[in-house]
Amino acid sequence: MLKAIILIGGPLKGTRFRPLSLDIPKPLFPVAGLPMIQHHVEACARVPNLKEILIIGYYAASELQQFIADMVQEYKVNIRYLQEFTALGTAGGMYHFRDQICSGNPDAFFVLNGDVCADLPLQELLSFHQLKNALVSVMATEATRQQSLLYGCMVRDEGTSEVLHYVEKPSTFVSTLISCGVYVFSTEIFQTMSTVFNNKQSDYYSDNTHNTKESSCMQLEQEVIMPLAGTGKFFAMPTSRWWSQLKSAGSAIYANRHYLHLYQSKSSQRLAKSRSKDNPDDTGCNIIGDVHLHPSASVHPTATLGPNVSVGAGAIIGPGVRIKESIILSGASIADHSLVLHSIVGRATQVGKWSRVEGTPCDPNPNKPFAKMDNPPLFNQDGRLNPSITILGCSVTVPSEVILLNSIVLPYKELTRSFKNEIIL
Amino acid sequence: MCGTDSKLGGMKALILVGGYGTRLRPLTLSRPKPLVEFANKPMLLHQMEALVEVGVHEVVLAVSYRAEQMEQELKEEADKLGCKLVFSHETEPLGTAGPLALAKETLSATDEPFFVLNSDIICEFPFKDLVAFHRNHGKEGTIVVTKVEEPSKYGVVVYGEQGKIQSFIEKPQEFVSNKINAGMYIFNPSVLKRIKLQPTSIEKEVFPYMADEGQLYAMELQGFWMDVGQPRDFLRGMCMYLTALRQKNAPVLHNGPTTVGNVLVHPTAKIGQGCRIGPNVTIGPGVVIEDGVCIKRSTILRDATIRSHSWLEGCIVGWRSVVGQWVRMENTTVLGEDVIVKDEVYINGGQVLPHKSIASSVPEPQIIM
Repeated sequence: MLKAIILIGGPLKGTRFRPLSLDIPKPLFPVAGLPMIQHHVEACARVPNLKEILIIGYYAASELQQFIADMVQEYKVNIRYLQEFTALGTAGGMYHFRDQICSGNPDAFFVLNGDVCADLPLQELLSFHQLKNALVSVMATEATRQQSLLYGCMVRDEGTSEVLHYVEKPSTFVSTLISCGVYVFSTEIFQTMSTVFNNKQSDYYSDNTHNTKESSCMQLEQEVIMPLAGTGKFFAMPTSRWWSQLKSAGSAIYANRHYLHLYQSKSSQRLAKSRSKDNPDDTGCNIIGDVHLHPSASVHPTATLGPNVSVGAGAIIGPGVRIKESIILSGASIADHSLVLHSIVGRATQVGKWSRVEGTPCDPNPNKPFAKMDNPPLFNQDGRLNPSITILGCSVTVPSEVILLNSIVLPYKELTRSFKNEIIL
Repeated sequence: MCGTDSKLGGMKALILVGGYGTRLRPLTLSRPKPLVEFANKPMLLHQMEALVEVGVHEVVLAVSYRAEQMEQELKEEADKLGCKLVFSHETEPLGTAGPLALAKETLSATDEPFFVLNSDIICEFPFKDLVAFHRNHGKEGTIVVTKVEEPSKYGVVVYGEQGKIQSFIEKPQEFVSNKINAGMYIFNPSVLKRIKLQPTSIEKEVFPYMADEGQLYAMELQGFWMDVGQPRDFLRGMCMYLTALRQKNAPVLHNGPTTVGNVLVHPTAKIGQGCRIGPNVTIGPGVVIEDGVCIKRSTILRDATIRSHSWLEGCIVGWRSVVGQWVRMENTTVLGEDVIVKDEVYINGGQVLPHKSIASSVPEPQIIM
């Protein structure tokens, strides 16, 4: 029997995801029509003999209640949310809930970071784990030399796949092989964690300064995994499948595109079909490339959508509208002849007629092998806003005939004119 | 149209066309400025028609370059109007007065007064009133003056109650008057004695002396006036012209479910469904506007195509240009002849030279070579 853990953190995390995370917990932000972590749930539910998915974080339980209920309904698998009383760190939460994780004696359990977006080869990773008789197995991918410094870097024995050296976000180059934040653990890991935990506790009480840091806080990478490198218990399985982190709002468009692409092979029923020219009764719109339309979204037959567009529940797309490389959230409406490019349109936001909502993509350089999504800071060195995708928070009103270029609009704003390269509070 | 007033018969006019019209580029790279259509009619024809209306039968065009295309096209138009057209070529630029000396023979053939016009101006051309005013005061010259909001940018004219000009003040720092030289004059042939065949400014080197001698009067222009020699003012002038047209000859303006305000549409142009055209738009012959297009404050020249769902404000679209779908253009964007703007492109204040294809957005004003 197997289990899976999805680590989602809490409301203090994901600030780089604002303003999208202002009205919805980041893990539930829809990418390719599904809440971010539903993609994890789905990948887990496909693993045979996986009996339970535990979501660990410190969001209020009420924020996830509906989602959990929907997931149980849809995937017929046991799913529970385990709420930390405070931010315990990635390993602290797991350790705190070790009894829940170990109940029923799972052979092993997956651990998935919630902000990972990927085509997850979970079954392969499990077989690898069993073959290596490992304590910890991690999915690994290649990065560029420069970008590797932003991730957990590993040196791996080419023959045995053992991780000989692990360092989190090094300041000098170590290796281009990086951790994907996707693991399989054997339950014996809790013995390792217990040692770490007890050492921390005794340090804490012998330290007279009584620093305020939570004593039961424990980081998975730095405190648990790093010391395991070179002990013969920690193995890395490289994958060349698509993998990305979803840290900033800008990467949501990129993740959306890749998840939509995965639907082609895994769940093509989720992709919209273009109106057939032979059938005059077909009320569909023009679809280019990969597009996901929620069944309750209403799209005018003269609209043109795609490539790489997701439209949420109840959204209304008017006549002659053009949408490309964008996410339209539930209840949003885009009126006649408007154009939406490289943008996220928030829940219940309204865009008038003949308006143009446009952002600048910050995709990885396609000419550089293994390049990952950059998450540039909001402002450049001159204090000017870096061009990024345009994000409209929830319930924003955009008037007719204006342009919003590379701008971020916080929720509930009623705009009255055009904006370029601005954050509108 | 000929001989509407027999007393004015045999009058002549000189129109100062001058050089290459660089201020109206990129349009003037394809077509000489006098032939660029303002409100669906070559700029010069607005003036020639008004002149013919008051009985002018011979017009001298003072040009400082040769353009066979222009000469031929304008001669054809002049023939239709029953007007003789003479091209007076300057071998070197002669300023605003020199061309009068160059055309002396024609202008002094009779004792009748003659008109002199700057070719860039658009107004309601009150030539009949001008002749009457001029004959009434009986002196050597009359210049038309117009009221402007910001006189400090111009040469201001100060004159007495009867219109007798006292002085000219170039770009006054303190307010002295809000009347400026409108670039339209009428002179007795005797004025030619004052002008030598050399580069001369009529405003600086002729008018002040005439005023000192009490020989120069000013007549106030009624209605709108605009120097349309550059794109921004071309569009401003078009708005004024269409507003005046609404009062004078409303039926020529387009009326339909897709138009708003004053819109001039050539009968051979096609407009699709669900469009909103206007206010202040001119659509030239053979133009195709596809479905769901919004155009405001713009001129679309002959045979251009605007594809569906695009939005244009404050633009001049050159002859045979094609603007793609979901394009947004604004802020005095000027497309030269045969420019292609690809789908979904945004152009903010772009000046695009002829025969270019624009595939990516121009978010800040710039010239696209």
